[in-house]
Amino acid sequence: MLNQIELDNLQKISKTIRKNIVEMIYHAASGHPGGSLSIVDILTVLYFKELRIDVNNYKDENRDRLVLSKGHCSPALYAVLAEKGFIPKEDLKTFRKIDSYLQGHPDMRKIPGVDMTSGSLGQGLSVSNGMALAAKLDKKDYRIYCIMGDGEIEEGQVWEAAMSSSHYKLDNVCVIVDNNNLQIDGKIEEVMNPYPIDKKFESFGFKTIVINGHDFNEILDALEIAKQTKGRPTAIIAKTIKGKGISYMENQVGWHGKAPNEDEYNLAISELVD
Amino acid sequence: MDINNKKATRQSYGEALVELGKKNNDIVVLDADLANATKTNLFQKEFPERFFDMGISEQDMLATAAGLATCGKIPFASTFAVFATGRAYDQIRNSICYPNLNVKICATHSGITVGEDGATHQMLEDINLMRGLPNMTVISPADDFEAKWAVKKATEINGPVYIRFGRASTPIIYNENTEFELGKAIQFGEGRKATVFATGIMVAEALKAKEELEKENIYIRVIDIHTIKPIDKEMIIKCAKETEKLISIEEHSIIGGLGTAIAEVLVENYPANLTRMGIKDCFGKSGSASELLKYFGLTSKEIIEEVNRRK
Repeated sequence: MLNQIELDNLQKISKTIRKNIVEMIYHAASGHPGGSLSIVDILTVLYFKELRIDVNNYKDENRDRLVLSKGHCSPALYAVLAEKGFIPKEDLKTFRKIDSYLQGHPDMRKIPGVDMTSGSLGQGLSVSNGMALAAKLDKKDYRIYCIMGDGEIEEGQVWEAAMSSSHYKLDNVCVIVDNNNLQIDGKIEEVMNPYPIDKKFESFGFKTIVINGHDFNEILDALEIAKQTKGRPTAIIAKTIKGKGISYMENQVGWHGKAPNEDEYNLAISELVD
Repeated sequence: MDINNKKATRQSYGEALVELGKKNNDIVVLDADLANATKTNLFQKEFPERFFDMGISEQDMLATAAGLATCGKIPFASTFAVFATGRAYDQIRNSICYPNLNVKICATHSGITVGEDGATHQMLEDINLMRGLPNMTVISPADDFEAKWAVKKATEINGPVYIRFGRASTPIIYNENTEFELGKAIQFGEGRKATVFATGIMVAEALKAKEELEKENIYIRVIDIHTIKPIDKEMIIKCAKETEKLISIEEHSIIGGLGTAIAEVLVENYPANLTRMGIKDCFGKSGSASELLKYFGLTSKEIIEEVNRRK
């Protein structure tokens, strides 16, 4: 259990990250706020409580890896990397601009701290499995966290990969499904129903845990259970709110891939000040 | 060239993998339920802990290879060419070539000589797909020695490599003393009547045609373009300058393959006519390998006819 000071601290960090996400997308005049905001609390716990990473040695072979399979939520990743010191905060304003290294989707060759290039959905778990197999071959104990969207799991490759994670007993792989219940065309169960998500992963051989993806304690506990689970991979189904933190974006499908205008931006920022 | 001394390049691939596996612990091999056919089973037997059968899931296999590569492994991923490059194109593009990861895609059963399985299994567009990708090196070996060199060379290149192997036995052209160089084509003969640019198993057919023509005092040259990308521009321009006629031949569609790659060099450097022999914008069909080569006009006979054809 996190104590109140730790909780307050994480709360402060996640608020800053949300603010930076909105600013980046506003300045870029494009990007994906909804799904970025829904994974902020998960990324905050991962990067500030869980991941074994070192800003000064970000290519360390023994580091934990994070694969953002839902690559369009790069604003959340970049904001976290900036908060951790992997990239300068002032660079966030260059997101998606012609001379920037902060590409629309994560590029491992350009951005310190990005472990895998992503953007085309459904490939991250396979990549994570590859990293996990390498860890097993090299007898290293690093872990791999793969963040996927709930719409993303409609991709067939996700289930090919899930079969592989389980077949090769990759207990160093932890999938986190950002279950915000919305995809571009609408509610996931109306567009192409992937439910029951937990049962599906369970039937593929995963340990599954369903949590509130905005509760720091629940996130941390689930990550701990995943670490203790041996002989099989874990899938954490994180129930989240798309657009979380900005009142007018919450649960609104229209904010999947749209930038706020000036008034909307000001309103969002006013909601995020302490 | 002794046309009776034959070996399939997929067999050469499997043997080369075992040799490399002994020297380099970072080499890992993935297959998609075709290890017996692609000959990765030879590596599997020697190094079971470094072999991963991914089952019938090519997309998963290629992206898993990408993940292994991010951790310093040198993954060789194999299946039939049609599945490797067609089914998993997006994985190759976005998860391997864009991040320039050190994955070797070694596809067997390319072209029509797959034979009886027919059109669904005869890949005729793979060179086109693979050479269009930034960061990708494309090699199409002609025989056992060249195939083994290609596999070894691939491990020395830090980036994605596509190697195209065949199912059927093909004559051995080279020997243990032959020196191969990436991006440098190999010239047979100095004839000026025509140049036949060939790749893969078509090199042997072109050499047969060259021998036959010499009996009639017609002298051509054959160029083995084993590296399709980067292609040997100097050789192509030199031959265009020195010979009366230019012919390309490949066990691949005439769209986007060797012929197209040569045409691209010619139009920008030394405009010249080029006759592209290959599969003419259609799918394959069932039959034996030799019947199919005749059916699609890819034997020494058709090369001779083309050399002798008036413009």
